[in-house]
Amino acid sequence: MAFTFAAFCYMLALLLTAALIFFAIWHIIAFDELKTDYKNPIDQCNTLNPLVLPEYLIHAFFCVMFLCAAEWLTLGLNMPLLAYHIWRYMSRPVMSGPGLYDPTTIMNADILAYCQKEGWCKLAFYLLAFFYYLYG
Amino acid sequence: MRALYPPCHCVLTWPFLGPAQNQMQVPSGYGLHHQNYIAPSGHYSQGPGKMTSLPLDTQCGDYYSALYTVPTQNVTPNTVNQQPGAQQLYSRGPPAPHIVGSTLGSFQGAASSASHLHTSASQPYSSFVNHYNSPAMYSASSSVASQGFPSTCGHYAMSTVSNAAYPSVSYPSLPAGDTYGQMFTSQNAPTVRPVKDNSFSGQNTAISHPSPLPPLPSQQHHQQQSLSGYSTLTWSSPGLPSTQDNLIRNHTGSLAVANNNPTITVADSLSCPVMQNVQPPKSSPVVSTVLSGSSGSSSTRTPPTANHPVEPVTSVTQPSELLQQKGVDSSSTTSSASPMPNSYDALEGGSYPDMLSSSASSPAPDPAPEPDPASAPAPASAPAPVVPQPSKMAKPFGYGYPTLQPGYQNATAPLISGVQPSNPVYSGFQQYPQYPGVNQLSSSIGGLSLQSSPQPESLRPVNLTQERNILPMTPVWAPVPNLNADLKKLNCSPDSFRCTLTNIPQTQALLNKAKLPLGLLLHPFRDLTQLPVITSNTIVRCRSCRTYINPFVSFIDQRRWKCNLCYRVNDVPEEFMYNPLTRSYGEPHKRPEVQNSTVEFIASSDYMLRPPQPAVYLFVLDVSHNAVEAGYLTILCQSLLENLDKLPGDSRTRIGFMTFDSTIHFYNLQEGLSQPQMLIVSDIDDVFLPTPDSLLVNLYESKELIKDLLNALPNMFTNTRETHSALGPALQAAFKLMSPTGGRVSVFQTQLPSLGAGLLQSREDPNQRSSTKVVQHLGPATDFYKKLALDCSGQQTAVDLFLLSSQYSDLASLACMSKYSAGCIYYYPSFHYTHNPSQAEKLQKDLKRYLTRKIGFEAVMRIRCTKGLSMHTFHGNFFVRSTDLLSLANINPDAGFAVQLSIEESLTDTSLVCFQTALLYTSSKGERRIRVHTLCLPVVSSLADVYAGVDVQAAICLLANMAVDRSVSSSLSDARDALVNAVVDSLSAYGSTVSNLQHSALMAPSSLKLFPLYVLALLKQKAFRTGTSTRLDDRVYAMCQIKSQPLVHLMKMIHPNLYRIDRLTDEGAVHVNDRIVPQPPLQKLSAEKLTREGAFLMDCGSVFYIWVGKGCDNNFIEDVLGYTNFASIPQKMTHLPELDTLSSERARSFITWLRDSRPLSPILHIVKDESPAKAEFFQHLIEDRTEAAFSYYEFLLHVQQQICK
Repeated sequence: MAFTFAAFCYMLALLLTAALIFFAIWHIIAFDELKTDYKNPIDQCNTLNPLVLPEYLIHAFFCVMFLCAAEWLTLGLNMPLLAYHIWRYMSRPVMSGPGLYDPTTIMNADILAYCQKEGWCKLAFYLLAFFYYLYG
Repeated sequence: MRALYPPCHCVLTWPFLGPAQNQMQVPSGYGLHHQNYIAPSGHYSQGPGKMTSLPLDTQCGDYYSALYTVPTQNVTPNTVNQQPGAQQLYSRGPPAPHIVGSTLGSFQGAASSASHLHTSASQPYSSFVNHYNSPAMYSASSSVASQGFPSTCGHYAMSTVSNAAYPSVSYPSLPAGDTYGQMFTSQNAPTVRPVKDNSFSGQNTAISHPSPLPPLPSQQHHQQQSLSGYSTLTWSSPGLPSTQDNLIRNHTGSLAVANNNPTITVADSLSCPVMQNVQPPKSSPVVSTVLSGSSGSSSTRTPPTANHPVEPVTSVTQPSELLQQKGVDSSSTTSSASPMPNSYDALEGGSYPDMLSSSASSPAPDPAPEPDPASAPAPASAPAPVVPQPSKMAKPFGYGYPTLQPGYQNATAPLISGVQPSNPVYSGFQQYPQYPGVNQLSSSIGGLSLQSSPQPESLRPVNLTQERNILPMTPVWAPVPNLNADLKKLNCSPDSFRCTLTNIPQTQALLNKAKLPLGLLLHPFRDLTQLPVITSNTIVRCRSCRTYINPFVSFIDQRRWKCNLCYRVNDVPEEFMYNPLTRSYGEPHKRPEVQNSTVEFIASSDYMLRPPQPAVYLFVLDVSHNAVEAGYLTILCQSLLENLDKLPGDSRTRIGFMTFDSTIHFYNLQEGLSQPQMLIVSDIDDVFLPTPDSLLVNLYESKELIKDLLNALPNMFTNTRETHSALGPALQAAFKLMSPTGGRVSVFQTQLPSLGAGLLQSREDPNQRSSTKVVQHLGPATDFYKKLALDCSGQQTAVDLFLLSSQYSDLASLACMSKYSAGCIYYYPSFHYTHNPSQAEKLQKDLKRYLTRKIGFEAVMRIRCTKGLSMHTFHGNFFVRSTDLLSLANINPDAGFAVQLSIEESLTDTSLVCFQTALLYTSSKGERRIRVHTLCLPVVSSLADVYAGVDVQAAICLLANMAVDRSVSSSLSDARDALVNAVVDSLSAYGSTVSNLQHSALMAPSSLKLFPLYVLALLKQKAFRTGTSTRLDDRVYAMCQIKSQPLVHLMKMIHPNLYRIDRLTDEGAVHVNDRIVPQPPLQKLSAEKLTREGAFLMDCGSVFYIWVGKGCDNNFIEDVLGYTNFASIPQKMTHLPELDTLSSERARSFITWLRDSRPLSPILHIVKDESPAKAEFFQHLIEDRTEAAFSYYEFLLHVQQQICK
């Protein structure tokens, strides 16, 4: 495969996905810490909230790259997650700063479980995507 | 366990016994026991002997007698030297073959109770001591002691009277025995108190005071110094409250050893006399009038003690302060113990042994579905006042038992059987004299419980559509968990701790099948009239899950106990082996911690992150034009002036004031100023504190300035033209001011904040008020207030909001400041001091309660439950800091909480589950305390049993909380659907379990028969109703109340009580506080029950309505309302005149009785038929159809339809 723009996109996406994997792992660990009482939810939310938008932006960024490279299949695979991100951010609780997590509700068992599950799902998605980009 | 420790030398002691031999039981003197406790030789044995004879003490009389005995014991073995008390022994450790002679804490109590002892009687004591020294003196000593007794007894008598004033019901609880005894001892606490006062200063000195042997002179010295000293000397027993021990200890010398002593003092915390408004909150220096006799004495006593130069001697380690305030009330508690001297034996014989065996030998004693006998259902909601907590465990017995038939009775049973006196309170009260008999009954109950009836009453199917009068005539009671009699007796009071399912399903799958919510409803800081307070060096807790030792742990052998939450086997610490109650060694299962499911520990410095904070109060007042117009300042300042001395706190109490409109005004009240200085900060974008040091001032040092300010404030802003309100910046300033210490901020706001940070826009569209579709803006518009609250919470500051507004003020946003900082919210719609006098009066009464009620600072509450269960969601005002830990900057006695639970692991290998809440707080006196409640419930495996154990009121309250969450996070209509579905699902699930069911009928188990009615009531409640015009703030306020009210009050809000009051009779009346309170039957909430010829009282919790029919008997109107005929009754009437007629007296005493049962005084509206105000009355008739909602029958049909679908 010649070194085309598409190939460049894949390489870039590969690197960025690796970064996203770290984001996902970070989230999982953070919520686990919350669950096991190691951290104060206020502190934890303060550390997590600034990371949410960058993650979403990175993902959105290489979606745009794939769009430019006309990699429709790859784009199609990423669209659900992109849509989910947009929906998730639209429905976030009322807050003045960036981010998703509200320290007053995060300890609710449902929300915590949801966040953890979200973390695992994303991790799985990014891992699969990583190998897809690697071999695709 | 008893078998292990056969009574030994009891005989020896007998001869010595004083007058009260019978009373052998020594209640709780908690003594502590030491490692050094060595040499339990002969003496030791004696101790146990006594123990056996009287396991549960309780009686004061006994108590004393025990005391008598004690001295003798001590004397025999030891010579004079012993006087210093067991403690010496301890401290020194070794050799002294010391005796058991534990001083009962109680006896202290006696001393304390007879306050005069302190002054006048003191001599006898001292003399007594001397006697003590010489063996020959026994007889003398006893006589002396007897002298002491009489006085105490007198005291008791007085207190009993006072009890009557309270919900005297407490007696029934006595069966619990220990508690009482403890409480009794607790009285001692007062004595202790003086010590504590000294203790701070004295500690150091004490340490330096190493006199190895306690010389006699020193002893005497002690005696003279303080009562506490006295007690120690005389008895020389270890049991005494720590302070005494400490005293002795110090003399003896080795402090280190001293630390080992766990002194347990049981104090009754009387933390709150107040359940009924009759008494002022305990914390307040002023005691209720009722108590006055006793209180007076105690109070007098205190000062002298304080004055004593005890300091050098004072205890080092223990915060013996215990009850500073409590001392006052303690007398009342004592009284409770006294009445039934002999019950102890009966108790012991009956239930206690069983208990032991069950707990000790078999971890899971009870066969799950054993139908319980008649433990009469504990009174649930209505009578709360009357049922003071003390009675908790015992309550079942005390209450209904005699009247009820043995059989499986759940909450519903009483309802159905009209047999019972209308009110639980009553029965309890009346039984009081019979009390001793109850014990025997209890033992027989044990036997009864074995007979299982094929179908418990609570499972009796009820055809809802055909049962016309579903609502019982008497208040609904909490069902009693189906435990064996002993556990039941020990269980936590349903007033503090309730579970929606009193039979816990074994698996989540079973719970899902039942379609019922599982959760707890807590009222942890409730005002209690009696509470064992324990001072101990080591608070015994499970090493892995940190559970506090409680009545439901099992002792594997003498030295090990098994945690009931995580099942870990722990060692019993050496000092726990000694039971101060009975002064015996080796019976850890009789310690007060193991005999009471509600106890309070005095925590050591391990439980502090910083030195306990002082009480700090800051008032932030809106003084914009709107506020001045409403005129609340006058009322507030007046209330503050009246209650300034009653604010809970100690000598460190600080107070401050801020006012704001478009600028922020601070008041410099520094001592030494000639008048208060007002400092104005107009830079609201960057608020700063002009003089940080002098804005919060010591209440006592600057009292004159504060009074000046309060007198001046109402008139300072009369001509203001400032209409803006900079609430946000004012709160930021308040936060800055409070953050170094923490405390309570009370915010008074009258309009929408319009300037600076946190400004809000009006979001309400008046045209949408009665919309049936979407109700918007139930959530906050900004997170400013939430973030502020979190910051405050982090600095241990709670923000209480008083919203007095006539227009929309966006309570949904403002409420966040209180919700997450553990504050409370009060809302007075359309408040005006002249135009709306009833609101003004309500504010005044609420403020009185608010200012004087007990308060706890820098609190955290942790809820633990048996392995397999987990906390899912919490409801209430707090910040959740971790999965089971709530951070509460302040805790007040009117705060309720709810917790949803889920079953994570199957509970098949256990037959009991336990829940424990531990509330760690700093009292207003600067003491760190832990209040622990433990609830034990059986596990069941069949669906029928789950239904049999439903606590329908708790379930409704939990559902209401969940529905509030749902309406905020999703939408109101979702929440309403969820409520209806809750009924549909649970009834259809029940239907599928009953095989022989006619499918056409809507069947419910008897335990759930009120479920549809209550859900309908919820749907028509302000918080959730649609179609009826409801202001957004009103709705949001109702939601806030649902989240933060304790169950008893919430139930009245959801389902008001209706009584007919024009024909009150004394039939079934209750005697409370020398008044006869009639008990009219409950009427169902339907217009069909109203007749034009009658007058009806509706109790909606915060409002009373009296509806007067057009054809109402003129006699009633004249005798009760004071008007000649119906036409002359004014449209707005908010008071019943005090007329000297029988019917007026009955009506007033009934209303007063209802009022006294709640912390916030309700307003009374007298509504004439035909007046426009009657719509408000009629909207509460929830069984009737309205244009927007179903009638009850229609609702049932709707549910049935849904089920059949």
